[in-house]
Amino acid sequence: MAKTIEEINKKIKGGKAVVLNAEEIIGYVKDNGPKKAAKEVDVVTTATFGPMCSSGAYINTGHSTPKIKLGGGTVKINEVPVYAGLAAVDLYIGATAVPDNDPRNKVYPGEFKYGGGHVIEDLVAGRDLKLEAAAYGTDCYPRKELKTLINIKDLNEAVLFNPRNAYQNYNVAVNLSDKVIYTYMGVIKPGLGNANYCSAGQLSPLLNDPCYKTFGIGTKIFLGGGIGYIIWHGTQHNPGVARKDNGVPQAPAGTLAVIGDLKNMKPDYLKGTTMLGYGVTITVGIGVPIPILDEEILEYVSVKDEDIYTQIVDYSRAYPQGKPDTLGEVNYAQLKSGNITVQGKQVPTGNLSSYPKAVEIANSLKDWIISGEFLLTQPVASLPVAESGYRFGPLKERQVSD
Amino acid sequence: MVSKKVVLHFSSKIASQPIVYRLVKDYKLEFNILKANIDYRQEGLLILEIKGEKDSYKKGINYLESMGVKLQPFSQDIVRNKTRCIDCGVCVPLCPSGALEVEDISRKVNFYDSKCIACEMCIKACPQKAMEVYF
Repeated sequence: MAKTIEEINKKIKGGKAVVLNAEEIIGYVKDNGPKKAAKEVDVVTTATFGPMCSSGAYINTGHSTPKIKLGGGTVKINEVPVYAGLAAVDLYIGATAVPDNDPRNKVYPGEFKYGGGHVIEDLVAGRDLKLEAAAYGTDCYPRKELKTLINIKDLNEAVLFNPRNAYQNYNVAVNLSDKVIYTYMGVIKPGLGNANYCSAGQLSPLLNDPCYKTFGIGTKIFLGGGIGYIIWHGTQHNPGVARKDNGVPQAPAGTLAVIGDLKNMKPDYLKGTTMLGYGVTITVGIGVPIPILDEEILEYVSVKDEDIYTQIVDYSRAYPQGKPDTLGEVNYAQLKSGNITVQGKQVPTGNLSSYPKAVEIANSLKDWIISGEFLLTQPVASLPVAESGYRFGPLKERQVSD
Repeated sequence: MVSKKVVLHFSSKIASQPIVYRLVKDYKLEFNILKANIDYRQEGLLILEIKGEKDSYKKGINYLESMGVKLQPFSQDIVRNKTRCIDCGVCVPLCPSGALEVEDISRKVNFYDSKCIACEMCIKACPQKAMEVYF
């Protein structure tokens, strides 16, 4: 007896919906069995809080007097270059941008103290930011220079728009070389000194509905402390990756592109982040509600850390050189135990993604739904599924004739 | 027996004087150097782990202070900023002395300053800049 999102929303409006987070559902199924759980539980909330580099926000500052054409000019906010290739006063702040005078990795490993991710955090936090611009001037937009403080409350629009978030599974990074390496997976000590991973595991949105059956374009989510929507599949979406019998991919697979009103978000869930020797990024909080439409969906959301596997990859040589070698598989229960075995050695593990914060987000979303203020949406289109043949491929370098 | 980590600041006037060796010679204390530095202003910084009888330790500390050495317990100097920390746990495998740990059930991170040896690896590597140093 399948449920529909409409029926579940009726229960939410009536204050009668049964909502659990993706960790609680595991215990519930253990105590009550899957049949009863599928019948009684209406929504399971999933969440994640980790660094997500392909993130940014577009803003509209409104026009100065006289008017200025920022589009096609150079614009910096708090010294960080922002993208000015849109209309006159539309700008895009990318999370990984760094100031022109940032030494980057000239003194290795670079400290990357401030960049786009920090600008977005400062913007969301309501702080004043310095905007400096140089424009080439036109008849209709004659002004050539602008230096002003801006604040999110004065912007016409401030929209978080992230082309790739919520990666479905990710590698475990290790270092087989004899020198420490600085990567987007953090600092990795030589000689298998540590193994870093990045996932909320059994709480993770795409690992709880691995074949993208309940969400798609238009799904309403928790984003950055406010409301957001899944707007498209994310870049590098790769649904055809090998999966275990439970449908869970054993390597990085699907991704989401998400959007939401930055003015209603909170800096607690959009934090400017520094990866030593690598660059600046932003840590984003996302929560996705999964409607328990039938027993099949219930089975997917009961996934445990020990049922989710990923690949161990050497980031000193194999990864940068594009060699597809894997050093073996581990599951998230093993990773969370604090140590895994790689090439016969005990290697201590570290997570880049915060599990306690993911629990906090899943519980916030749960509270919003129980209180009746958050209704689920019916997706208007699906994300590309494994059977579609959609795949993520490498760059084919081709010669440029001068 | 006591074993304590202390941070000693030496002004330029006394930085070139042999003071710490007296802890061994006169007060029978053992010391282990965790950090030693003299900066461009000729001011010295020493982080020591001092071990010995309680009485001797007290007398040794009094001696240092009487020589003009500024002293503070180490435990105040490397701090986990609980507002910035997001409890991810990426610092845990980098700590050489096990001073950082993930709690089994809650998955929150704890910092045990008594185990810290001031290598400052966590300070450099924390993505949220949540570990702070004050010496």
